[in-house]
This record gives sequence, structure tokens and C-alpha cells, in this order.
Amino acid sequence: MTRRLKEIIIKRIFFLFACVSILILGLIVTFLFREGIPIFRIVSVPDFLLGGEWYPTFDPPAFGIWPLIVGSFIVTFFSTLIAVPLGVLSAVYISEVAPRPLKEVLKPLIELLAGIPSVVLGFFGMVVLAPWLQDTFDLPTGLNIVNASLMLALMAIPTISSIAEDALYTVPREFKEASYALGATKSETILKVIIPSALSGISTAVILGMARAIGETMVVLMVAGGAAAIPESLFDSVRPMPASIAAEMGEAPFRSEHYHALFATGIVLFLLTLAFNLIADYVSHKFKEVGSGTL
Amino acid sequence: MEDNRVIKTKDVNFYYGKFRALTDISMDFEKNRVTALIGPSGCGKSTLLRLLNRMNDLIDGTRVEGEVLFEGKNIYDPEVDPVEIRRRIGMVFQKPNPFPKSIFSNITYGPRLAGLSDRVELEALAEQSLKQAVLWDEVKDILGQSAMMLSGGQQQRLCIARALAMKPDVLLMDEPTSALDPISTAKIEELIQDLKRQYTIIIVTHNMQQAARISDKTGFFYIGKLIEYSATEKIFTRPDVKQTEDYITGRFG
Ligand SMILES: Nc1ncnc2c1ncn2[C@@H]1O[C@H](COP(=O)(O)OP(=O)(O)OP(=O)(O)O)[C@@H](O)[C@H]1O
Ligand SMILES: [Mg+2]
Repeated sequence: MTRRLKEIIIKRIFFLFACVSILILGLIVTFLFREGIPIFRIVSVPDFLLGGEWYPTFDPPAFGIWPLIVGSFIVTFFSTLIAVPLGVLSAVYISEVAPRPLKEVLKPLIELLAGIPSVVLGFFGMVVLAPWLQDTFDLPTGLNIVNASLMLALMAIPTISSIAEDALYTVPREFKEASYALGATKSETILKVIIPSALSGISTAVILGMARAIGETMVVLMVAGGAAAIPESLFDSVRPMPASIAAEMGEAPFRSEHYHALFATGIVLFLLTLAFNLIADYVSHKFKEVGSGTL
Repeated sequence: MEDNRVIKTKDVNFYYGKFRALTDISMDFEKNRVTALIGPSGCGKSTLLRLLNRMNDLIDGTRVEGEVLFEGKNIYDPEVDPVEIRRRIGMVFQKPNPFPKSIFSNITYGPRLAGLSDRVELEALAEQSLKQAVLWDEVKDILGQSAMMLSGGQQQRLCIARALAMKPDVLLMDEPTSALDPISTAKIEELIQDLKRQYTIIIVTHNMQQAARISDKTGFFYIGKLIEYSATEKIFTRPDVKQTEDYITGRFG
């Protein structure tokens, strides 16, 4: 009787805590939408999303965030391009190739990389990488897509590497043994058995790494250059959504049009990261159900 | 006849780190015979089996002393490529372990790596191997489906077919029926009887009747030592060593 009562009370308490976090999330989302939606009384949704001009403080102002969306996607795309091979290969190296002692050094090192505050990375990009880029390629500014992509890649690599490594780690030993017993070499086993078996986990890692890159604020604020225009080359500056919000929120008068427009940008960002997470979730489940399917 | 002994081990000691798992094993395995390895759990049967195709190489900190001769050549010689050895000495594991790939890809995995790429040849090979493993009729229409969909017994026969597709000389089987129902077990035993015409088979089993039914020679192991090794009939009717008799009759203390 008392034991059952205890059981019930404990369950309730856990339920309550779960509710609190969901409630807070709900409040934030509600707030985000309440503050963002009023902008659509002034511009239509398509004009907002696809409009090419972002002049929020001009008279009359222009609230088109297309350059910001493009900026976000472009730095995310290039950082992914850099981070995926590095992250996945380092995961493969750590989990399958490196001898035990080296593994024990490398793993925490990569995790340490995840612990570097983004402002420090941004600082590095500004003070070291930017001048170097500027001098080497003779550019007007070193704060550009290349710089931002490299810094974001540095942030995404540990995310991708550690999740991919977990996925590789869970590949059953039996698969590897079966492969070796059939006369496969180590690299053949890695390429044809281990990586395909861990593919859903690796995809999840990649998508979460991308989500990390697209939502990252400090780095892009510091090194992307801040030009709200569609870039024409990799050395052009861009103004990804988070950078725009962070830079302008301080100056936008409370509940002004500019303020609402920034919140609406926040909604777009939120929906994008949500989509990334849902895709990651879907990918990791989809492959699991069919026993990794017929790869 | 000297020629008949495909694999010979000479004074083999095997260590996992500091732990000696096998002591002074000298044993000959004859061509086209089924040799059974029996003994209580932990006595080193799997270790010996994995020693014969260098699967133990994959475990860190292991060490081999002595020689394992395959067709007269020491497979632990530094210049021998373990990959080559594993292509010629196939292995079937205790737990069915098909790859999470299609049935067809499972069978053709090894031959493809070995350089066979002609689709027609691969298909013929798959059919032949699956027929040998008595699985063809059950899967011939679903070759493209994931091997994970098969039952445990079917999966194990697929693993046998996969090993046979490499056309090995020797087939090592580590308790291949321990996870299976009696019907699948009977099928695999029958299969082993058929296969010995072409292959040399070394099988680990905990099932005394199985050893008695299918093997020609039996070796009894106890704590890393080969206690008695002779014709199966002799081992099961009038063993020389008391320990063997105790084990076989289930009076083991
Ligand atoms: N990877 C390993 N590392 C360290 N010791 C091991 C390892 N594998 C096996 N051993 C030890 O070696 C001894 C022999 O093990 P082995 O697996 O060969 O026994 P077995 O006869 O196959 O037993 P079973 O019938 O239970 O399969 C055991 O004492 C075991 O603890
Ligand atoms: Mg064993």
C-alpha cells in the first residue's frame, strides 16, 4: 500500500518536472509567435521570406529576409561540406583504427573542441583568420563566407564526430567478425560493413551538426561580415539570420515594426532547426525499424 | 598418409594477455573429415578454432607460440597474409551473423572482395551456395530482401552458404546449431554430412549426440589442454582417459 503510494508520488513528481520543461518551451514558442506575427500585417509572408531587401531602419523600411536566409544556408552548407568528412573520418579513425592509447587522447581532445566558447572561435576568426584571408587573397575584408564556414565547421565537427562515433560503436562485433572471416581487409570492412551499418546514426550526426551550424549566432555575428545582400562569391560577406537578430535587436524599439520583423526571423530560424531535428529523428528511426534495411 | 593432414598444430600455446588459454596443443586435422571439438565451457575450443584462421589476431594483446601448419606452411609466419588464410579457411559462428544487407549481397560479399564482379557468375555462385546450404528453395524468390528478415535457422544456413561461396578448403564451425530449433539443427547436421565430401570441417559442439552423429574424429579439451583425441567411435565407446568418459557420460565434477 505505502509502496504503491510512493511509486505513484514519484511518478507524479517526474511527470511534473517533464511538464515544467514542456510548459516553458510552450511559453517561449507562444511568445515568439506573438511577437513575430504582427509583422505580417505590414508585409505578406511571401514578401517577407522572398523579399530581396532588408532595410529595416530606412524610410520606408524594407523587410525582406531572403538575403539573410541565403546567408544562413550558404554558411551552413559550406561548413557542412567541411565538417562532414572531417567529423565522420575522425569518428571512424577513433572508433576503428586508432590504437587504444591514441584513442584515449583523441576522444577527449575532440570533445574539448566542443567546449570552446563560440565567442572564442569568433575571436580567432576575426583576429587570425580574417587578416590572413584578406592578405592572401587580396580582399576588401576577411570577414566573409569562407571565414564563417570554417569557424562553423570547427563547431560542428565535434558534434558530428561524437554522435557518429557512438553510432559506429554500436555496430555489432559479429558483423565485423563475419567480414574478416570472409577475407575482407580492415579498410574493406570499414567501408562495406561498419559505415553502412552505422549509416542512420551517421546521418543523424550530420543533420544535428547542420542544425548546430544554422542556429549558431556568435560566430556568424563576428566573422560573417554582416552584409545583407545575396553574395556573389565565396569571399563576399553575408548576414545569416541569427547574426541579424543579435545585431539589431538592441536598437529596434520595443514592439516596432523592426522588432516584430526580427521576431519573425526568429520564427523562421526556429522552424528550420525544428525541421532539422525532425529529419534527424526520422532518419534514425526509419533505418532502425527495418533492421538497417538492404544497404 | 602425410598428405591427408591439412592442418597441423605443433606445440601451440595461446595467451590472452597474461592468461594462457591453450597449452601445448598438437593436433592434426584430416582432409574431408569432420573433426569435433568438445569440452566444458571455457576450456578453449573457440580459441583453438579461431586460431586456425587467425581470427584471434583481431583481439588486442593476444600471443601465439608454436606453429599452425596449413598445407605444410606456418600460417603465423610473418609474411603470411591473414586475409589469404581467411579466404581459404572459412568460418561459421555460434550466433547467426548475416550482414544487414540483402540475401544476395550477403552471399556475394566475400567473392566480390576477392575480385569476382561478373553478375552472371555471381548469380550462379549464389544459387549454388544456397543450394549447398539447403536454403535455395526458401529464399530463391526473395534474394533482394534483407537477410535480417529470415528466421534464426535460415540466417545460420545463409551464413554457411556465405562461407561456402568463398569455396574454402576448410570450414570452421563454432557451435553452429546452438541457437537453433531441432528441425534446423537436423538440416544443418545433414548438410555437414554432405559437405565433408568437398570440405574439411572442424566443428565445436556442446551436444554430445551431435558430435557422435556427425564427426569422424573427436578431441576432448579440458582447461586449455587436449586431453584425448581419436576416432569418434572410440571416444564415445571406450575412451582411454577417465576424464573423457566422465565428461561424455555427464558425470563431470
Ligand atoms: N577475448 C578474450 N580475452 C580474454 N580472455 C578470453 C577471451 N576469450 C576467451 N577468453 C578466455 O579463454 C578461455 C577459453 O575461452 P573459449 O572461448 O575458447 O572457451 P570455449 O571452450 O569456447 O567455451 P564455450 O564452450 O563456453 O564457448 C576462457 O577461460 C575465457 O575466459
Ligand atoms: Mg566457445
